[in-house]
Amino acid sequence: MDDKSPFLHPQYETLSREEINRLQVERLQATVKHCMNSPFYKKRFEEIGLKPEDIKSLEDLRKMPFTTKQDLRDTYPFGMASVPLRKCVRLHSSSGTTGNPTVILHTQKDIDEWANAVARCLWMVGLRPDDVFQNSSGYGMFTGGLGFQYGAERLGALTVPAAAGNSLRQIKFMKDFGTTAVHAVPSYVTRLYEVMCDNGVDPRRDLKLKVLAIGAEPHSEEQRKRIENMLGVKAYNSFGMSEMCGPGVGFECQEQNGLHFWEDYYIVEIVDPETLEPVPDGQIGELVLTTLNREAMPLLRYRTRDLTRVLGRSCPCGRNHIRLDRMRGRSDDMIVLRGVNIFPIQIEKILMQFKELSSNYLITLTTDDDNDNMTVEVEISEMFTDDYGRLQALTKDITRALKDEILLTPRVKLVPKGSLPVSDGKAVRVVDKRKVYL
Amino acid sequence: MTAQQLSIFIENKSGTMLRILEILKEAGIQIIASTISDTVDYGIYRIICDNPYKGYSALKAAGISVTLTDVFAIELDNTPGEAAAVMETFAKADISISYMYSFLVHGKGILVFRTSDTDKTRGIIELNNFKFVTNERLNSL
Repeated sequence: MDDKSPFLHPQYETLSREEINRLQVERLQATVKHCMNSPFYKKRFEEIGLKPEDIKSLEDLRKMPFTTKQDLRDTYPFGMASVPLRKCVRLHSSSGTTGNPTVILHTQKDIDEWANAVARCLWMVGLRPDDVFQNSSGYGMFTGGLGFQYGAERLGALTVPAAAGNSLRQIKFMKDFGTTAVHAVPSYVTRLYEVMCDNGVDPRRDLKLKVLAIGAEPHSEEQRKRIENMLGVKAYNSFGMSEMCGPGVGFECQEQNGLHFWEDYYIVEIVDPETLEPVPDGQIGELVLTTLNREAMPLLRYRTRDLTRVLGRSCPCGRNHIRLDRMRGRSDDMIVLRGVNIFPIQIEKILMQFKELSSNYLITLTTDDDNDNMTVEVEISEMFTDDYGRLQALTKDITRALKDEILLTPRVKLVPKGSLPVSDGKAVRVVDKRKVYL
Repeated sequence: MTAQQLSIFIENKSGTMLRILEILKEAGIQIIASTISDTVDYGIYRIICDNPYKGYSALKAAGISVTLTDVFAIELDNTPGEAAAVMETFAKADISISYMYSFLVHGKGILVFRTSDTDKTRGIIELNNFKFVTNERLNSL
Protein backbone atom coordinates (compact mmCIF):
# COMPACT_ATOMS: atom_id res chain seq x y z
CA MET A 1 0.00 0.00 0.00
CA ASP A 2 1.18 3.50 -0.91
CA ASP A 3 2.16 5.35 2.25
CA LYS A 4 0.34 8.43 0.99
CA SER A 5 -3.02 6.67 0.82
CA PRO A 6 -5.26 7.55 3.75
CA PHE A 7 -6.78 4.07 3.46
CA LEU A 8 -5.14 0.72 4.10
CA HIS A 9 -8.14 -1.15 2.70
CA PRO A 10 -9.73 1.33 0.28
CA GLN A 11 -11.88 -1.45 -1.19
CA TYR A 12 -13.68 -1.73 2.15
CA GLU A 13 -13.08 1.62 3.82
CA THR A 14 -14.57 3.72 1.04
CA LEU A 15 -17.71 1.67 0.40
CA SER A 16 -20.92 3.65 -0.04
CA ARG A 17 -23.82 2.97 2.33
CA GLU A 18 -25.55 0.85 -0.32
CA GLU A 19 -22.41 -1.17 -0.86
CA ILE A 20 -21.98 -1.62 2.88
CA ASN A 21 -25.57 -2.85 3.21
CA ARG A 22 -25.17 -5.27 0.32
CA LEU A 23 -21.94 -6.66 1.74
CA GLN A 24 -23.50 -6.99 5.17
CA VAL A 25 -26.50 -8.98 3.92
CA GLU A 26 -24.19 -11.28 2.00
CA ARG A 27 -21.88 -11.81 4.97
CA LEU A 28 -24.76 -12.10 7.43
CA GLN A 29 -26.32 -14.91 5.43
CA ALA A 30 -22.99 -16.72 5.27
CA THR A 31 -22.43 -16.19 9.01
CA VAL A 32 -25.86 -17.49 9.99
CA LYS A 33 -25.38 -20.53 7.80
CA HIS A 34 -21.96 -21.12 9.36
CA CYS A 35 -23.45 -20.70 12.86
CA MET A 36 -25.47 -23.86 12.32
CA ASN A 37 -22.22 -25.72 12.96
CA SER A 38 -22.36 -24.42 16.51
CA PRO A 39 -24.41 -26.67 18.81
CA PHE A 40 -25.58 -23.59 20.65
CA TYR A 41 -26.93 -21.66 17.66
CA LYS A 42 -28.31 -24.75 15.97
CA LYS A 43 -30.42 -25.51 19.03
CA ARG A 44 -31.43 -21.89 19.46
CA PHE A 45 -32.62 -21.57 15.85
CA GLU A 46 -34.50 -24.86 16.04
CA GLU A 47 -36.21 -23.78 19.24
CA ILE A 48 -37.80 -20.77 17.59
CA GLY A 49 -38.25 -22.46 14.20
CA LEU A 50 -35.91 -20.08 12.42
CA LYS A 51 -33.98 -21.24 9.38
CA PRO A 52 -30.85 -19.62 7.96
CA GLU A 53 -32.73 -19.14 4.68
CA ASP A 54 -35.21 -16.92 6.53
CA ILE A 55 -32.54 -14.25 6.81
CA LYS A 56 -32.83 -12.32 3.58
CA SER A 57 -32.21 -8.72 4.61
CA LEU A 58 -30.68 -6.69 7.41
CA GLU A 59 -34.18 -6.20 8.82
CA ASP A 60 -34.42 -9.98 9.24
CA LEU A 61 -31.63 -9.69 11.77
CA ARG A 62 -34.31 -8.79 14.29
CA LYS A 63 -35.88 -12.21 13.93
CA MET A 64 -32.86 -13.64 15.70
CA PRO A 65 -32.57 -13.74 19.47
CA PHE A 66 -29.80 -11.85 21.26
CA THR A 67 -26.66 -13.55 22.48
CA THR A 68 -25.51 -12.61 25.98
CA LYS A 69 -22.44 -12.99 28.13
CA GLN A 70 -24.45 -15.53 30.12
CA ASP A 71 -24.77 -17.65 26.97
CA LEU A 72 -20.98 -17.63 26.70
CA ARG A 73 -20.70 -18.74 30.30
CA ASP A 74 -23.34 -21.43 29.89
CA THR A 75 -21.55 -22.91 26.91
CA TYR A 76 -18.14 -22.75 28.60
CA PRO A 77 -15.64 -23.62 27.34
CA PHE A 78 -16.24 -24.63 23.72
CA GLY A 79 -20.01 -24.96 23.28
CA MET A 80 -20.27 -21.91 21.00
CA ALA A 81 -17.62 -22.99 18.55
CA SER A 82 -18.69 -23.22 14.90
CA VAL A 83 -15.56 -25.10 13.85
CA PRO A 84 -13.83 -28.21 15.21
CA LEU A 85 -11.23 -27.37 17.85
CA ARG A 86 -8.42 -28.62 15.66
CA LYS A 87 -9.05 -25.64 13.39
CA CYS A 88 -8.61 -23.21 16.30
CA VAL A 89 -5.21 -21.73 17.03
CA ARG A 90 -5.84 -19.50 20.00
CA LEU A 91 -8.27 -18.70 22.75
CA HIS A 92 -8.69 -15.66 24.93
CA SER A 93 -10.49 -16.05 28.21
CA SER A 94 -11.87 -13.73 30.84
CA SER A 95 -10.85 -14.34 34.42
CA GLY A 96 -14.25 -15.83 35.14
CA THR A 97 -14.47 -14.49 38.62
CA THR A 98 -18.20 -13.92 38.37
CA GLY A 99 -19.07 -17.41 37.23
CA ASN A 100 -17.69 -19.47 34.39
CA PRO A 101 -15.11 -17.56 32.40
CA THR A 102 -15.96 -16.56 28.86
CA VAL A 103 -13.81 -18.17 26.21
CA ILE A 104 -13.32 -16.75 22.73
CA LEU A 105 -11.80 -19.06 20.14
CA HIS A 106 -9.87 -18.01 17.05
CA THR A 107 -8.87 -19.80 13.87
CA GLN A 108 -5.82 -18.68 11.95
CA LYS A 109 -8.14 -16.75 9.63
CA ASP A 110 -9.72 -15.00 12.63
CA ILE A 111 -6.29 -13.94 13.88
CA ASP A 112 -5.40 -12.68 10.40
CA GLU A 113 -8.62 -10.71 10.03
CA TRP A 114 -8.19 -9.28 13.51
CA ALA A 115 -4.67 -8.12 12.64
CA ASN A 116 -6.04 -6.57 9.44
CA ALA A 117 -8.69 -4.67 11.36
CA VAL A 118 -6.19 -3.27 13.87
CA ALA A 119 -3.75 -2.42 11.06
CA ARG A 120 -6.54 -0.54 9.28
CA CYS A 121 -7.25 1.48 12.47
CA LEU A 122 -3.60 2.38 12.99
CA TRP A 123 -3.13 3.30 9.34
CA MET A 124 -6.21 5.52 9.58
CA VAL A 125 -4.59 7.61 12.33
CA GLY A 126 -1.36 7.98 10.41
CA LEU A 127 0.85 4.99 11.21
CA ARG A 128 3.06 3.76 8.39
CA PRO A 129 5.79 1.10 8.11
CA ASP A 130 8.42 3.72 9.07
CA ASP A 131 6.82 4.12 12.48
CA VAL A 132 7.94 2.66 15.78
CA PHE A 133 4.94 1.42 17.71
CA GLN A 134 5.29 0.80 21.43
CA ASN A 135 2.50 -1.23 22.97
CA SER A 136 2.39 -0.30 26.65
CA SER A 137 -0.62 -2.44 27.30
CA GLY A 138 -0.97 -5.66 29.25
CA TYR A 139 -0.32 -8.81 27.22
CA GLY A 140 -1.50 -12.34 27.90
CA MET A 141 -5.23 -12.85 28.06
CA PHE A 142 -5.83 -9.11 27.77
CA THR A 143 -6.55 -8.70 24.06
CA GLY A 144 -5.13 -5.16 23.93
CA GLY A 145 -1.67 -6.73 24.03
CA LEU A 146 -1.60 -9.29 21.25
CA GLY A 147 -4.34 -7.50 19.31
CA PHE A 148 -2.30 -4.34 18.80
CA GLN A 149 0.89 -6.35 18.46
CA TYR A 150 -0.34 -8.32 15.46
CA GLY A 151 -2.07 -5.29 13.96
CA ALA A 152 1.01 -3.08 14.11
CA GLU A 153 3.15 -5.87 12.69
CA ARG A 154 0.65 -6.41 9.90
CA LEU A 155 0.87 -2.71 9.08
CA GLY A 156 4.63 -3.06 8.95
CA ALA A 157 5.61 -0.80 11.82
CA LEU A 158 8.54 -1.67 14.04
CA THR A 159 6.83 -2.94 17.16
CA VAL A 160 8.03 -2.67 20.74
CA PRO A 161 6.00 -5.05 22.91
CA ALA A 162 6.87 -3.14 26.08
CA ALA A 163 3.73 -4.28 27.94
CA ALA A 164 2.43 -2.27 30.89
CA GLY A 165 4.42 -1.05 33.85
CA ASN A 166 8.02 -0.06 34.60
CA SER A 167 7.54 3.52 33.49
CA LEU A 168 11.22 4.48 33.49
CA ARG A 169 12.01 1.66 31.10
CA GLN A 170 9.04 2.65 28.92
CA ILE A 171 10.42 6.17 28.63
CA LYS A 172 13.93 4.91 27.92
CA PHE A 173 12.52 2.74 25.10
CA MET A 174 10.67 5.73 23.71
CA LYS A 175 13.85 7.80 23.66
CA ASP A 176 16.26 5.11 22.47
CA PHE A 177 14.04 3.50 19.84
CA GLY A 178 12.49 6.74 18.62
CA THR A 179 8.97 5.55 19.38
CA THR A 180 6.44 7.43 17.29
CA ALA A 181 3.23 5.77 18.44
CA VAL A 182 2.09 4.39 21.77
CA HIS A 183 -0.92 2.37 22.78
CA ALA A 184 -1.90 2.44 26.45
CA VAL A 185 -4.88 2.91 28.71
CA PRO A 186 -5.42 6.64 29.32
CA SER A 187 -4.57 6.54 33.01
CA TYR A 188 -1.25 4.94 32.19
CA VAL A 189 -0.42 7.67 29.66
CA THR A 190 -0.97 10.19 32.44
CA ARG A 191 1.27 8.18 34.71
CA LEU A 192 4.00 8.04 32.06
CA TYR A 193 3.82 11.80 31.68
CA GLU A 194 4.25 12.28 35.43
CA VAL A 195 7.32 10.07 35.39
CA MET A 196 8.70 11.99 32.40
CA CYS A 197 8.28 15.27 34.30
CA ASP A 198 9.91 13.83 37.41
CA ASN A 199 12.89 12.74 35.35
CA GLY A 200 13.35 15.87 33.30
CA VAL A 201 12.07 14.36 30.05
CA ASP A 202 10.17 16.81 27.87
CA PRO A 203 8.06 14.73 25.48
CA ARG A 204 7.98 17.52 22.90
CA ARG A 205 11.74 17.98 22.95
CA ASP A 206 13.08 14.53 23.77
CA LEU A 207 10.63 12.16 22.09
CA LYS A 208 9.44 11.60 18.55
CA LEU A 209 5.87 10.74 19.43
CA LYS A 210 3.17 11.59 16.94
CA VAL A 211 0.22 9.34 17.73
CA LEU A 212 -1.38 7.83 20.79
CA ALA A 213 -4.01 5.12 20.80
CA ILE A 214 -5.97 5.09 24.02
CA GLY A 215 -8.77 2.80 25.03
CA ALA A 216 -9.96 -0.11 27.16
CA GLU A 217 -10.89 2.38 29.83
CA PRO A 218 -13.69 4.92 29.77
CA HIS A 219 -12.42 8.46 29.49
CA SER A 220 -13.95 11.84 28.83
CA GLU A 221 -13.21 14.28 26.03
CA GLU A 222 -11.65 16.54 28.65
CA GLN A 223 -9.27 13.76 29.68
CA ARG A 224 -8.29 13.13 26.08
CA LYS A 225 -7.54 16.83 25.53
CA ARG A 226 -5.42 16.87 28.66
CA ILE A 227 -3.45 13.86 27.47
CA GLU A 228 -2.95 15.49 24.06
CA ASN A 229 -1.70 18.67 25.72
CA MET A 230 0.66 16.77 27.98
CA LEU A 231 2.43 14.90 25.21
CA GLY A 232 1.80 17.30 22.36
CA VAL A 233 0.31 14.62 20.09
CA LYS A 234 -3.11 13.44 18.96
CA ALA A 235 -4.75 10.73 21.03
CA TYR A 236 -7.28 8.48 19.31
CA ASN A 237 -9.98 6.53 21.05
CA SER A 238 -9.99 2.79 20.48
CA PHE A 239 -12.86 0.42 21.15
CA GLY A 240 -12.56 -3.29 21.48
CA MET A 241 -13.88 -6.19 23.43
CA SER A 242 -12.60 -9.72 23.69
CA GLU A 243 -15.95 -11.16 22.57
CA MET A 244 -15.47 -9.40 19.22
CA CYS A 245 -11.76 -10.44 19.14
CA GLY A 246 -10.34 -7.41 20.95
CA PRO A 247 -9.20 -4.03 19.68
CA GLY A 248 -9.95 -3.12 16.08
CA VAL A 249 -13.73 -3.09 16.40
CA GLY A 250 -14.07 0.70 16.43
CA PHE A 251 -11.52 3.48 16.17
CA GLU A 252 -11.51 7.21 15.73
CA CYS A 253 -10.34 8.67 12.46
CA GLN A 254 -8.34 11.89 12.29
CA GLU A 255 -11.56 13.90 12.50
CA GLN A 256 -11.87 12.71 16.14
CA ASN A 257 -15.61 12.88 15.91
CA GLY A 258 -16.78 9.46 16.95
CA LEU A 259 -15.43 5.97 16.39
CA HIS A 260 -15.83 4.25 13.04
CA PHE A 261 -17.11 0.73 13.61
CA TRP A 262 -16.02 -1.49 10.74
CA GLU A 263 -19.21 -2.58 9.08
CA ASP A 264 -17.53 -5.11 6.85
CA TYR A 265 -16.70 -6.88 10.12
CA TYR A 266 -19.75 -6.15 12.26
CA ILE A 267 -23.39 -5.19 12.10
CA VAL A 268 -24.05 -2.46 14.63
CA GLU A 269 -27.40 -2.10 16.38
CA ILE A 270 -28.25 0.32 19.16
CA VAL A 271 -31.19 -0.87 21.24
CA ASP A 272 -33.06 0.24 24.30
CA PRO A 273 -31.63 -1.98 27.07
CA GLU A 274 -35.10 -2.40 28.61
CA THR A 275 -37.34 -3.00 25.59
CA LEU A 276 -34.52 -4.24 23.32
CA GLU A 277 -36.15 -2.25 20.51
CA PRO A 278 -33.90 -0.18 18.24
CA VAL A 279 -33.46 3.46 19.20
CA PRO A 280 -33.21 6.30 16.66
CA ASP A 281 -29.82 7.71 15.69
CA GLY A 282 -28.51 10.15 18.28
CA GLN A 283 -30.28 8.44 21.16
CA ILE A 284 -28.22 6.52 23.70
CA GLY A 285 -28.80 2.80 23.84
CA GLU A 286 -26.99 -0.48 24.23
CA LEU A 287 -24.52 -1.50 21.56
CA VAL A 288 -25.34 -4.85 19.96
CA LEU A 289 -22.86 -6.42 17.56
CA THR A 290 -23.10 -9.24 15.06
CA THR A 291 -19.83 -10.58 13.70
CA LEU A 292 -19.61 -10.91 9.91
CA ASN A 293 -16.36 -12.68 9.23
CA ARG A 294 -15.53 -14.67 12.28
CA GLU A 295 -14.87 -18.31 11.73
CA ALA A 296 -14.25 -20.04 15.05
CA MET A 297 -16.93 -18.35 17.06
CA PRO A 298 -19.32 -16.05 15.25
CA LEU A 299 -21.71 -14.21 17.55
CA LEU A 300 -25.18 -13.10 16.52
CA ARG A 301 -26.65 -9.96 18.06
CA TYR A 302 -24.27 -9.94 21.01
CA ARG A 303 -25.35 -7.59 23.79
CA THR A 304 -22.18 -5.70 24.72
CA ARG A 305 -23.82 -3.86 27.64
CA ASP A 306 -21.95 -0.75 26.55
CA LEU A 307 -24.04 2.37 26.10
CA THR A 308 -23.46 4.67 23.14
CA ARG A 309 -25.27 6.39 20.27
CA VAL A 310 -24.99 6.76 16.53
CA LEU A 311 -23.35 10.03 15.49
CA GLY A 312 -23.51 9.53 11.75
CA ARG A 313 -22.98 7.35 8.70
CA SER A 314 -20.68 9.57 6.72
CA CYS A 315 -17.51 11.45 7.56
CA PRO A 316 -15.22 14.04 5.97
CA CYS A 317 -12.46 11.41 6.17
CA GLY A 318 -14.14 9.55 3.34
CA ARG A 319 -15.34 6.57 5.32
CA ASN A 320 -19.05 5.83 5.53
CA HIS A 321 -18.68 3.23 8.24
CA ILE A 322 -20.99 4.07 11.10
CA ARG A 323 -19.69 6.56 13.65
CA LEU A 324 -20.50 5.91 17.30
CA ASP A 325 -20.00 8.16 20.29
CA ARG A 326 -17.46 7.28 22.97
CA MET A 327 -18.95 4.77 25.41
CA ARG A 328 -21.31 6.46 27.83
CA GLY A 329 -21.51 3.83 30.51
CA ARG A 330 -22.87 0.35 30.99
CA SER A 331 -26.34 -1.13 31.03
CA ASP A 332 -25.25 -3.58 33.72
CA ASP A 333 -23.29 -2.95 36.89
CA MET A 334 -19.87 -3.74 35.47
CA ILE A 335 -17.18 -1.26 36.43
CA VAL A 336 -14.36 -0.53 34.03
CA LEU A 337 -11.45 0.86 36.00
CA ARG A 338 -8.01 1.35 34.49
CA GLY A 339 -8.80 -1.16 31.80
CA VAL A 340 -9.93 -3.82 34.24
CA ASN A 341 -13.51 -5.10 34.22
CA ILE A 342 -14.93 -5.50 37.69
CA PHE A 343 -18.33 -6.60 38.86
CA PRO A 344 -19.48 -5.51 42.34
CA ILE A 345 -20.31 -9.14 43.07
CA GLN A 346 -16.58 -9.95 42.96
CA ILE A 347 -15.94 -7.42 45.67
CA GLU A 348 -18.92 -8.62 47.66
CA LYS A 349 -17.69 -12.20 47.50
CA ILE A 350 -14.36 -11.21 49.05
CA LEU A 351 -15.88 -8.99 51.73
CA MET A 352 -18.21 -11.79 52.78
CA GLN A 353 -15.23 -13.94 53.64
CA PHE A 354 -14.42 -11.66 56.55
CA LYS A 355 -16.58 -12.47 59.53
CA GLU A 356 -15.78 -9.08 61.05
CA LEU A 357 -17.69 -7.34 58.24
CA SER A 358 -21.38 -6.84 57.60
CA SER A 359 -22.91 -7.33 54.17
CA ASN A 360 -23.29 -3.63 53.47
CA TYR A 361 -20.62 -1.94 51.39
CA LEU A 362 -20.18 0.96 49.01
CA ILE A 363 -17.84 1.26 46.06
CA THR A 364 -16.92 4.83 45.13
CA LEU A 365 -15.01 5.63 41.97
CA THR A 366 -13.21 8.93 41.78
CA THR A 367 -10.75 10.73 39.55
CA ASP A 368 -7.90 12.15 41.62
CA ASP A 369 -5.17 13.99 39.72
CA ASP A 370 -6.09 12.19 36.49
CA ASN A 371 -5.99 8.78 38.13
CA ASP A 372 -9.13 6.76 38.54
CA ASN A 373 -9.39 5.20 41.95
CA MET A 374 -11.70 2.93 43.83
CA THR A 375 -12.63 3.26 47.46
CA VAL A 376 -14.42 0.39 49.14
CA GLU A 377 -16.23 1.31 52.32
CA VAL A 378 -17.51 -1.59 54.33
CA GLU A 379 -19.41 -1.74 57.57
CA ILE A 380 -17.98 -3.77 60.40
CA SER A 381 -20.52 -6.21 61.77
CA GLU A 382 -19.82 -6.16 65.48
CA MET A 383 -17.14 -4.26 67.26
CA PHE A 384 -14.76 -7.17 67.74
CA THR A 385 -11.74 -5.46 69.14
CA ASP A 386 -10.50 -2.58 71.21
CA ASP A 387 -7.27 -2.48 69.30
CA TYR A 388 -6.31 -0.09 66.47
CA GLY A 389 -3.62 -2.51 65.40
CA ARG A 390 -6.18 -5.21 64.70
CA LEU A 391 -8.42 -2.82 62.77
CA GLN A 392 -5.46 -1.79 60.65
CA ALA A 393 -4.45 -5.39 60.09
CA LEU A 394 -8.00 -6.18 59.02
CA THR A 395 -7.97 -3.27 56.57
CA LYS A 396 -4.71 -4.56 55.12
CA ASP A 397 -6.03 -8.12 54.82
CA ILE A 398 -9.16 -6.92 53.01
CA THR A 399 -7.10 -4.76 50.67
CA ARG A 400 -4.82 -7.66 49.79
CA ALA A 401 -7.71 -10.07 49.22
CA LEU A 402 -9.45 -7.54 46.97
CA LYS A 403 -6.28 -6.93 45.03
CA ASP A 404 -5.89 -10.64 44.38
CA GLU A 405 -9.44 -10.72 43.06
CA ILE A 406 -9.75 -7.55 40.97
CA LEU A 407 -6.04 -6.96 40.24
CA LEU A 408 -6.24 -3.34 41.38
CA THR A 409 -5.55 -1.99 44.83
CA PRO A 410 -8.60 -0.21 46.19
CA ARG A 411 -8.60 2.05 49.22
CA VAL A 412 -10.43 0.15 51.94
CA LYS A 413 -12.24 2.06 54.65
CA LEU A 414 -13.96 0.46 57.61
CA VAL A 415 -17.12 2.23 58.70
CA PRO A 416 -19.56 1.66 61.57
CA LYS A 417 -22.61 -0.50 61.16
CA GLY A 418 -25.58 1.31 59.64
CA SER A 419 -23.57 4.22 58.30
CA LEU A 420 -23.72 3.45 54.57
CA PRO A 421 -26.59 4.70 52.42
CA VAL A 422 -29.47 2.37 51.74
CA SER A 423 -32.06 3.26 49.12
CA ASP A 424 -35.49 1.64 48.92
CA GLY A 425 -34.22 -1.08 51.21
CA LYS A 426 -31.78 -2.06 48.49
CA ALA A 427 -28.21 -1.16 49.21
CA VAL A 428 -26.52 1.30 46.87
CA ARG A 429 -23.36 -0.46 45.74
CA VAL A 430 -21.54 1.79 43.32
CA VAL A 431 -21.15 5.56 43.15
CA ASP A 432 -19.26 6.72 40.08
CA LYS A 433 -17.81 10.19 40.54
CA ARG A 434 -15.19 9.86 37.82
CA LYS A 435 -14.82 12.60 35.21
CA VAL A 436 -15.48 9.99 32.59
CA TYR A 437 -19.00 10.12 31.34
CA LEU A 438 -19.24 13.91 31.27
CA MET B 1 -9.15 -7.33 88.84
CA THR B 2 -10.24 -5.43 85.76
CA ALA B 3 -12.76 -2.74 84.96
CA GLN B 4 -15.17 -2.82 82.05
CA GLN B 5 -14.77 -0.23 79.36
CA LEU B 6 -17.07 0.50 76.44
CA SER B 7 -15.14 0.52 73.16
CA ILE B 8 -17.12 2.09 70.36
CA PHE B 9 -16.16 2.11 66.69
CA ILE B 10 -16.92 5.55 65.33
CA GLU B 11 -16.49 7.30 62.05
CA ASN B 12 -14.57 10.53 61.80
CA LYS B 13 -17.71 12.51 60.93
CA SER B 14 -19.63 15.32 62.59
CA GLY B 15 -22.52 14.24 64.78
CA THR B 16 -21.16 10.79 65.57
CA MET B 17 -20.14 11.58 69.14
CA LEU B 18 -23.38 13.40 69.79
CA ARG B 19 -25.39 10.34 68.79
CA ILE B 20 -23.45 8.10 71.18
CA LEU B 21 -23.78 10.56 74.04
CA GLU B 22 -27.50 10.95 73.47
CA ILE B 23 -28.06 7.20 73.58
CA LEU B 24 -26.14 7.01 76.85
CA LYS B 25 -28.10 9.96 78.23
CA GLU B 26 -31.38 8.26 77.35
CA ALA B 27 -30.21 5.14 79.18
CA GLY B 28 -29.30 7.24 82.23
CA ILE B 29 -25.63 6.35 82.03
CA GLN B 30 -23.11 8.49 83.86
CA ILE B 31 -19.78 8.82 82.09
CA ILE B 32 -16.82 8.79 84.46
CA ALA B 33 -14.06 9.11 81.92
CA SER B 34 -13.69 8.86 78.16
CA THR B 35 -11.05 9.19 75.50
CA ILE B 36 -10.73 9.22 71.77
CA SER B 37 -7.75 9.58 69.51
CA ASP B 38 -7.81 10.97 66.02
CA THR B 39 -7.13 8.85 62.96
CA VAL B 40 -7.91 9.44 59.32
CA ASP B 41 -11.00 7.35 58.87
CA TYR B 42 -12.29 6.03 62.14
CA GLY B 43 -11.70 6.09 65.85
CA ILE B 44 -12.29 4.04 68.95
CA TYR B 45 -14.25 5.93 71.56
CA ARG B 46 -13.44 4.45 74.98
CA ILE B 47 -15.71 5.10 77.93
CA ILE B 48 -15.63 4.24 81.61
CA CYS B 49 -19.12 4.67 83.02
CA ASP B 50 -21.18 3.81 86.06
CA ASN B 51 -23.03 0.92 84.40
CA PRO B 52 -21.07 -0.59 81.51
CA TYR B 53 -23.49 -3.48 80.88
CA LYS B 54 -26.48 -1.19 80.63
CA GLY B 55 -24.52 1.20 78.43
CA TYR B 56 -23.44 -1.67 76.23
CA SER B 57 -27.02 -2.94 75.81
CA ALA B 58 -28.36 0.53 75.02
CA LEU B 59 -25.72 1.20 72.38
CA LYS B 60 -26.05 -2.24 70.85
CA ALA B 61 -29.82 -1.90 70.67
CA ALA B 62 -29.32 1.36 68.77
CA GLY B 63 -27.16 -0.43 66.23
CA ILE B 64 -23.86 1.06 67.38
CA SER B 65 -20.70 -1.00 66.86
CA VAL B 66 -19.64 -1.49 70.47
CA THR B 67 -17.79 -3.99 72.59
CA LEU B 68 -17.03 -4.39 76.27
CA THR B 69 -13.34 -4.51 77.02
CA ASP B 70 -11.53 -5.51 80.19
CA VAL B 71 -9.03 -2.85 81.08
CA PHE B 72 -6.77 -2.42 84.07
CA ALA B 73 -7.47 0.51 86.38
CA ILE B 74 -5.12 1.37 89.20
CA GLU B 75 -5.79 3.85 91.97
CA LEU B 76 -2.95 6.23 92.78
CA ASP B 77 -2.34 8.91 95.33
CA ASN B 78 -2.53 12.22 93.61
CA THR B 79 1.16 13.00 94.11
CA PRO B 80 4.03 13.47 91.62
CA GLY B 81 5.85 10.33 90.56
CA GLU B 82 3.07 7.85 91.34
CA ALA B 83 2.29 6.99 87.75
CA ALA B 84 5.98 6.83 86.92
CA ALA B 85 6.55 4.25 89.61
CA VAL B 86 3.79 2.02 88.24
CA MET B 87 5.06 2.34 84.68
CA GLU B 88 8.59 1.57 85.76
CA THR B 89 7.40 -1.74 87.17
CA PHE B 90 5.73 -2.68 83.89
CA ALA B 91 8.69 -1.54 81.84
CA LYS B 92 11.04 -3.70 83.90
CA ALA B 93 8.73 -6.67 83.30
CA ASP B 94 8.88 -5.91 79.57
CA ILE B 95 5.17 -5.24 79.34
CA SER B 96 4.17 -2.62 76.81
CA ILE B 97 1.16 -0.39 77.19
CA SER B 98 -1.30 -0.42 74.27
CA TYR B 99 -3.06 2.69 75.46
CA MET B 100 -3.55 4.58 78.69
CA TYR B 101 -5.55 7.44 80.08
CA SER B 102 -6.10 8.81 83.55
CA PHE B 103 -8.60 10.81 85.51
CA LEU B 104 -9.35 12.01 89.03
CA VAL B 105 -12.24 10.88 91.20
CA HIS B 106 -12.58 12.64 94.54
CA GLY B 107 -8.88 13.36 94.75
CA LYS B 108 -7.82 9.88 93.71
CA GLY B 109 -5.95 9.43 90.49
CA ILE B 110 -7.12 6.52 88.33
CA LEU B 111 -4.83 5.12 85.65
CA VAL B 112 -6.65 3.09 82.99
CA PHE B 113 -4.67 1.00 80.52
CA ARG B 114 -4.37 -2.09 78.41
CA THR B 115 -1.18 -4.01 77.96
CA SER B 116 0.42 -6.43 75.57
CA ASP B 117 0.16 -9.27 78.10
CA THR B 118 -2.91 -9.45 80.29
CA ASP B 119 -1.86 -12.44 82.41
CA LYS B 120 1.57 -11.06 83.15
CA THR B 121 0.00 -7.71 84.03
CA ARG B 122 -2.29 -9.37 86.56
CA GLY B 123 0.73 -11.01 88.14
CA ILE B 124 2.61 -7.73 88.39
CA ILE B 125 -0.38 -5.97 89.94
CA GLU B 126 -0.74 -8.69 92.57
CA LEU B 127 2.95 -8.91 93.29
CA ASN B 128 3.30 -5.17 93.78
CA ASN B 129 0.04 -4.76 95.62
CA PHE B 130 -1.15 -2.09 93.25
CA LYS B 131 -4.62 -0.89 94.18
CA PHE B 132 -6.67 -2.12 91.26
CA VAL B 133 -10.08 -0.70 90.69
CA THR B 134 -13.22 -2.46 89.49
CA ASN B 135 -16.42 -0.80 88.33
CA GLU B 136 -17.96 -1.38 91.79
CA ARG B 137 -15.01 0.35 93.42
CA LEU B 138 -15.25 3.24 90.97
CA ASN B 139 -18.91 3.71 91.74
CA SER B 140 -18.26 3.75 95.48
CA LEU B 141 -15.50 6.31 95.34
